[in-house]
Amino acid sequence: MNARTIFRFDASRLGDLLDGIAERGYRLLGPVAREGAVVYDELGGADDLPRGWRDHQDPGRYRLERSDRNLFFEFNMGPHGWKKYLLPAEEPLWRALWRGEEMLFEETNVDDGKRAFIGVRACELAALAMLDRVFGEGDFRDDRYLARRANLFIVAVNCTRAGRTCFCTSMDTGPEARSGFDLVLTEVAHGGAHFFQVAAGTTRGDALLDALAFEEASPADRNLAKRLLDEAARSMGRHLNTGGLPERLAGSGEHPHWQRIAARCLACANCTMVCPTCFCNTVVDRPALDGRSAERIRCWDSCFSADFSYLHGGSIRQSTGSRYRQWMTHKLSSWVDQFGASGCVGCGRCIAWCPVGIDITEEAERIGEELS
Amino acid sequence: MSNGHVLTPVATEVLSVRHELRDTATLSLLPPPGGAPFAPGQFSMLYVMGLGEIPISLSGDPAESGLWIHTIRGVGNVSQALVRAIPGDRIGVRGPFGSAWPLDRARGRDVLVVAGGIGLAPLRPLIYRLAAEPEAYGRITVLYGARTPEDILYFHQLQAWKESARFHVRVTVDSGADDWSGNLGPVTHLISPVDFDPASVVVFTCGPEIMMRFVIRLLLGLGVAGERIFLSMERNMKCAVGFCGHCQYGPHFVCKEGPVFGYDQVAHLLAEKER
Repeated sequence: MNARTIFRFDASRLGDLLDGIAERGYRLLGPVAREGAVVYDELGGADDLPRGWRDHQDPGRYRLERSDRNLFFEFNMGPHGWKKYLLPAEEPLWRALWRGEEMLFEETNVDDGKRAFIGVRACELAALAMLDRVFGEGDFRDDRYLARRANLFIVAVNCTRAGRTCFCTSMDTGPEARSGFDLVLTEVAHGGAHFFQVAAGTTRGDALLDALAFEEASPADRNLAKRLLDEAARSMGRHLNTGGLPERLAGSGEHPHWQRIAARCLACANCTMVCPTCFCNTVVDRPALDGRSAERIRCWDSCFSADFSYLHGGSIRQSTGSRYRQWMTHKLSSWVDQFGASGCVGCGRCIAWCPVGIDITEEAERIGEELS
Repeated sequence: MSNGHVLTPVATEVLSVRHELRDTATLSLLPPPGGAPFAPGQFSMLYVMGLGEIPISLSGDPAESGLWIHTIRGVGNVSQALVRAIPGDRIGVRGPFGSAWPLDRARGRDVLVVAGGIGLAPLRPLIYRLAAEPEAYGRITVLYGARTPEDILYFHQLQAWKESARFHVRVTVDSGADDWSGNLGPVTHLISPVDFDPASVVVFTCGPEIMMRFVIRLLLGLGVAGERIFLSMERNMKCAVGFCGHCQYGPHFVCKEGPVFGYDQVAHLLAEKER
């Protein structure tokens, strides 16, 4: 990958790049500004991108504001993650039906077609790689996930600005995209020039760049881009001390701080919905009125709900403290046992979208402290 | 598994139903075609049209691979429907899933099986295997606790094992009427080092979590090493293949690394509330 040529193109040609992807049969999905947030949705082209918007985030706070820099990608994380396209929030799996006296199972097809994710940040690439491990690498594989995954074209965008809830450097996931993309862009605005650097990560990416015939980036261009990335890395709004953290959390079961968090936590599940790696799901059976068939739907679920741990007789995790403990120890500790890396990619979404502003970096520090 | 998605059941027929207790029945099913043979301790997912799917341990003899036998206590919508099933009914099945009782660890050693309530069902395949070649083990003891005499599962089978010269079988109930002349009290009262050598015995236990905690505490106190104690855990399960997250128990997915765990794998979790 390092051997691949880095090109540059004027920002006015971003549309050509996206059109080139669309012409290859990919449906474009990417960030749009809507209802006060940057969310992921269908893109018609570069004009639909939230150009000139940037976000401002703090614990329990997210605001979009106009920026006079008029960049395409000045914002950081919105509430959506790409998981919604790979593990839909609600997805029919199969239908059971009676044919005479026989019971049949008809699987629902996965027919999302070829899709391009535009503007995937480094932390989000790490989240996708993690979902690949959950659904694609164990003894059992989710063919539905894998079918969707195989049909993706990924355009990564390097972060040249860090938000106040960002801590990807702590999790070693960003701000620079290192792998897992077909193309990677860096947006550069400097001295009146506004251009993108672009490099391919796959042969599909190479083919597209060949067709667009961009000029090669100069050493000066590359230096500019590198300085922006370094600056983003230096300006992380949050930090998480990960050294020894999984071990400390694994032994933290009876730490009194869980109860202090529980006094604030609403168990609303927002953090799990916005987390790009939270994959827990449940199933719902929808029988037809005539009783001749029933559909099985998979939907997102959250370890913050009482039903999540239900066994006959009641829920195992009755208290909010035990649910928060389950979430955080899974994310930052037992995830490492299960999947070989932390479940946290440092995107900061759970901090911004927590209605009471619980900050995972701060709470992990407290829990990590010795029992008083 | 079939060629379908791991989350899609295969239709099967209920071949016979045995009513064990007022709320418990044993169903014999045709296994999913092409399915792997099951090992003692594993479970399958049973689906009832429109109602849902639940994990149920395999409780038959693994040597009789032509049949999958499940003993079900009716406690929710799906389990109650299964208990009401009649021969010829069609249901969905997936499996087998999960870890197995490590029977090999017990060869040449004393064996202690401690069961409570419906927890005897996941242990029965293991007991069948012990009964098939008792000479391969030391002394074999099966201890079983039920709530009342009417709740004693597999009563006749327990009698038959009891009459086998190589088996010690003792049963106790929490409460019994005047005509009950057997043991009263928790199953821990039946545990006696007269039956086994604490320095080498291998223990298999399944029952309510509180029961297993007390059984294990007592055995550790007798000098039984944690690495020779195995237990079967229960947690909410939706997918049985590690995708849904519900059955997580600390770092473990009960559906994949469990349901059978070595005590040492879960000791710290058992000691904590709301895990």
